[in-house]
Amino acid sequence: MMSFSLAPSILLPGIPMPASLGMIPLFAANPFTEPVGVIHYLIVGAVLFTAGIACMTLKRNALGILMGIELVLNGANINFVAFSSSYLRAEGAPTLGLDGQVVALFVILLAAAEAAVALAITLNFYNNHATVDVDRADDLKG
Amino acid sequence: MDLESLLPTLLGLAWLLPLASFTVILFAGPRLGNHGKGAAGVATAAIVGSFVLSLFAFISWVAQHPVRAVAHEDHGGAHAAADPTHGSGDHASTAHSTSHATAAGHEPGHDTGHGEAGHAGSPVHYSGDWYTLYEGGRLKLSIGWYVDALTVLMFVMITFIATCIHVYASGYMHDELHDITDHEVHLADGSHLHRPGRFHRFFQALSLFCFSMLGIVIAGNLAMVFIFWELVGICSWFLIGFYYERKSASNAANKAFIVNRIGDFGMLIGLMALWGALGTLHFADSTGPDGHARPGLFSLIRPPVAGNAQWVPDGMVKFAAADKVGAVLRSHADDPRAGVEQVEAKVEDWRDEGYGRWLLLVAGLGIFCGCIGKSAQFPLFVWLPDAMEGPTPVSALVHSATMVAAGVYLVGRFYPVLTPDALLVIAYVGAITLFIAATIALVANDIKRVLAYSTVSQLGYMMLALGVGGWLAGLFHLVTHAFFKSLLFLCSGSVIHACHTNDMRKMGGLSKVMPWTSGTMLVGCLAIIGAGIPFLDIGLSGYYSKDSILAQALLFARENPSHSILFYAVAGGAMLTAFYMFRLWFMTFAGQPRDHHVHEHAHESPPVMVYPLVALSILAVVAGWTLPGGFGIANMIEQARPAGTGGTELGGLLFSAFTVPAEHASHAHDIHVTASLTAFATAATGVLLAALMYVWGIIPPAMVASAVKPLYTLLANRWYFDEIYRFLFVLPVLGISRLVSGTDKGIIDRFIEGLAWGAKQVAGFDAWLDRTLIDGLVNGTASATYSAGLELKKLQTGQLRQYVMFIALGTVAIFVLAGLLFRSSFAG
Repeated sequence: MMSFSLAPSILLPGIPMPASLGMIPLFAANPFTEPVGVIHYLIVGAVLFTAGIACMTLKRNALGILMGIELVLNGANINFVAFSSSYLRAEGAPTLGLDGQVVALFVILLAAAEAAVALAITLNFYNNHATVDVDRADDLKG
Repeated sequence: MDLESLLPTLLGLAWLLPLASFTVILFAGPRLGNHGKGAAGVATAAIVGSFVLSLFAFISWVAQHPVRAVAHEDHGGAHAAADPTHGSGDHASTAHSTSHATAAGHEPGHDTGHGEAGHAGSPVHYSGDWYTLYEGGRLKLSIGWYVDALTVLMFVMITFIATCIHVYASGYMHDELHDITDHEVHLADGSHLHRPGRFHRFFQALSLFCFSMLGIVIAGNLAMVFIFWELVGICSWFLIGFYYERKSASNAANKAFIVNRIGDFGMLIGLMALWGALGTLHFADSTGPDGHARPGLFSLIRPPVAGNAQWVPDGMVKFAAADKVGAVLRSHADDPRAGVEQVEAKVEDWRDEGYGRWLLLVAGLGIFCGCIGKSAQFPLFVWLPDAMEGPTPVSALVHSATMVAAGVYLVGRFYPVLTPDALLVIAYVGAITLFIAATIALVANDIKRVLAYSTVSQLGYMMLALGVGGWLAGLFHLVTHAFFKSLLFLCSGSVIHACHTNDMRKMGGLSKVMPWTSGTMLVGCLAIIGAGIPFLDIGLSGYYSKDSILAQALLFARENPSHSILFYAVAGGAMLTAFYMFRLWFMTFAGQPRDHHVHEHAHESPPVMVYPLVALSILAVVAGWTLPGGFGIANMIEQARPAGTGGTELGGLLFSAFTVPAEHASHAHDIHVTASLTAFATAATGVLLAALMYVWGIIPPAMVASAVKPLYTLLANRWYFDEIYRFLFVLPVLGISRLVSGTDKGIIDRFIEGLAWGAKQVAGFDAWLDRTLIDGLVNGTASATYSAGLELKKLQTGQLRQYVMFIALGTVAIFVLAGLLFRSSFAG
């Protein structure tokens, strides 16, 4: 199985990867047989994310799309929390170990604000078009 | 204020006033008064101002230098008392030096004026420079003055006549105040030309003319004379061509200008000869910036040290003997100073050998060439009769009284430089002119043309007088002629104004309806024929001047029998003059009206035109008189006699040896009596003949004309001069012009057109390249971008879900792509 890394080599192609970063095995073993760890959180996050994307792309109802957005954000939140796991932390790092959770809280806050704005837009759209079908919202068509 | 500074100030102001008027009219023109009527006021005010200033100058002059009869001058009294000591032809320079031995106000070392002649014989004169145009080494060009009695007199005469004519013209030209239909101009559609009036333009040109004419008179050097000489030429051109829409007027203007240029060419040669050999064009002596005296032309050619006798100046001798000078200098190449001294030592020998005599003759004749043109002498007189196309006041002022007299004036002013041989040439030119012009005047029917030919003839008289040694006689006649000829022209203008025609055959019997005009014109006619009573010696102005010319010519003929034809020309001319002048008067004023239509509409001219006639006729009578104290124009001119002239001179370079007699000798009793009797007899004969033919009809003019038909035809066609010139000069020039223009059009233009065609072709190819290739590239880029935009536009569907899909799929695609591209590194 190929090893996967989040190393910056994707962004900087051609630069040889430092060995210490490139050697973290993400899919080292079967998740179904492993005890619950970071991988499982990530899988849940990915599923949520994908479900959100699917919801955004497939739903014609604006409220459905907003829900999809919430799913995507929450998928990302789970990832943040997962990556703040103490397993992935370096030994003796001067930190409280709550970075991921803090960011997740920010995202929730942001999602609330965004939902307020988006609902206002949707409401206006409904006032103008008597519908919340996003396919009818093609005024910005080129 | 002494004369030395007073005269230049007064005369300079008098000279510049018309220029100021010209400038004002030039810029304010039609806005002056009612339709430009104010222009007449401005111009007249200026010339009246000039006249007053000149008169003041005249009075100051006479107060300082009383005009007295010189010992041998004897016009007014009994001429039996002519001083016998002057009858024998000794040098006149010693004779009249005493009458003006003193002149106030000359400060030694003052470098702008020469109040007193430094030596016996030189006339009283004041000279100096107002403005130096150029000065370097010996050469100096300047605007300056040379004022003597003649200048003062000419100023008064010119400004007086000009004043009369300005007043007269403000009446004569009144048609020009409004729009005018010129009946002599036929347009292509058969109608007449309709144009706005040009009243102000007339007075503008008249003012400029007065300025230029006074400039000639006051000029202190020949270069300045030449400048103003050309200026009067251009003014004459403006004024002859005043009705320039008429073909005849514009042709006449051009003819006058071109013929004058021919004369001026000779004048330039004369100027170059003087300038090149002598390095000065100043008349009078002056002082250079270094304090050294600079002798003027007069004292170079008639040096005081030699008793003012004419000689060839050193400069001319060296100029003519350039080869010898060069040889001497080369032989002293090692010591240039000795060479120069050697040359100076030899100048005297060379002068005796005759070097430079021809150069002096050429200089004199060259200047005279300019005078031939300006004073309408044979063979360049053809322009003057045509110049009558101008308005009549112009004919009176420019083409009879002043401008044409400028030639005579210049010959008089330049007299010391003219050698006896040059004088004889001048005399013959004058004789031929006076005879030809007088004969043409006999048969002319246009009233102004008769006067024009009469002017030419009288100018011939003046030239002849100057040529036979009558310096005073010629200039005296110039002054008197100016008065009566301007009078005659103004009278003819009055007649034309009344009859609206120039043709004398349509006039007749006008004396009843135009008493003032006819009376004043009779005075003019009597003056021009020199009417007077011989033994009492009383007459009109022409009597005195013409008598002195006759006397001098008679004296010349007696001294040189081979040249006695000059006297016969003068005497015959006097008879012809009397005949044609009275023919004119009789045809116009006497007898019965020939054309009743013309006669009925004739009327006396308005007072503004009559007053000048009366003023001029008074002067035409008295201008020649000498008052008991000796005051008179003749004696005043005599004050200005150039040093050394008036004595007996021997000539013989061009002709076999001859003598130019001393002028005062002509006042001897027998000469004088013979001359005045001849004058009386010839004039009386002429008048009688005219009366016989045109009043009493005893000899019908038609019979005379048919009896001498070939002669009559010759005269009526003006000796075929215009035709001869046309054939000899105009046609060849036209032929050459045609040839040249053919070359120009056929070859040069073709070549240039070919070049242009080639350039056009290249440009066309260039344009094609630009349009197709470059524009195509640019437009292609633009349209490609545009169509790409059109295509891409389709992606912007506005469908939110699609956008999200793109984002998602795009992200996935990027990851997949990255995975494929960087497989090796991931694999690592």
